[in-house]
Amino acid sequence: MKLDDFTPTTVYAIYIASTPERVWEALTTAEVSRQYFFGNAVEVDLKVGGAFIVRAPDGSLHIGGKVFECDPPRKLTVTFNVNWPALIEKLGPTLVTYEIEQAGSTVRLTMTESHDRPIDDDILSGGRAGWPAILSSLKSLLETGVPLTIQMQPPQRMLAALKRLGVATP
Amino acid sequence: MRKPEFIYVSYIETTPEKLWEALTDGDFTERYWFGVHLRSDWKIGSTFEMVRSNGTVSDAGKVVEYDPPRRLAYTFVNLSDEYKGELPALATFVIEPHGKLVKLTLTHEGFAEGSKFLLGISQGWPAILSALKSLLETGKPLDIPYTAMKSES
Repeated sequence: MKLDDFTPTTVYAIYIASTPERVWEALTTAEVSRQYFFGNAVEVDLKVGGAFIVRAPDGSLHIGGKVFECDPPRKLTVTFNVNWPALIEKLGPTLVTYEIEQAGSTVRLTMTESHDRPIDDDILSGGRAGWPAILSSLKSLLETGVPLTIQMQPPQRMLAALKRLGVATP
Repeated sequence: MRKPEFIYVSYIETTPEKLWEALTDGDFTERYWFGVHLRSDWKIGSTFEMVRSNGTVSDAGKVVEYDPPRRLAYTFVNLSDEYKGELPALATFVIEPHGKLVKLTLTHEGFAEGSKFLLGISQGWPAILSALKSLLETGKPLDIPYTAMKSES
């Protein structure tokens, strides 16, 4: 797998009154991620080739991947593959890059989702709905100490598109 | 090929009414919008202007929709030489209650292929809407220097 083969499909930038170190910690630790990421716990072995895992609140594997770039507290690139059988065979790997930059007294966090082949907008709609909710809550958590409680509907458009492709989802 | 447009969604702990005021009250916009005062009488078809703190108008267009506290739409284009020849594009704000929160969806569309203005607004909106969210949730806007926004390829 070569990073050069990947093209951005979704980019979301958000400015946070925080420090790069705190944003990095929020993105890479289970105890903080549980608070803003729908109860999901991020577990990451912070070295190139290390495992990147997101566990659902019940402890099951939700997203699995590997670390491709790791430059704390500035840049983290991981494969971010939702653990649904056949997903990776049909769609290839999903790459997620977080870039953290100082912007005045604030921090700009830029999330970029990329793919190594053309992906239908219907499939991408799931991530495009999820990222703003996750990152809005992360910002609130770091600025106010309290995350947002965002009730999300299942991403029907994406689930229907996956079904058409023959990807079974829970 | 994707449409040349910019979409940004933000979840904010506030009410639709407060968010509406934040988007349409020029004195309030000055606090989070790089000092820009939005000037309009908000009648459909009326002039819409972004007024800098030094009094100059940076961007101008027309009001297209005004349906408080749900939908707001206006066109505008930056008047500087940098964007010479660009046509006004349409920015639509949709405000929806979402549990105890408010979901704000901005869709900015109607750009020509390869528009430089689209690149500019794609850098501007995340900063403006992040500062808006901070101001409504914490009472404090963000201190984002205008120069901190960068070109993204």
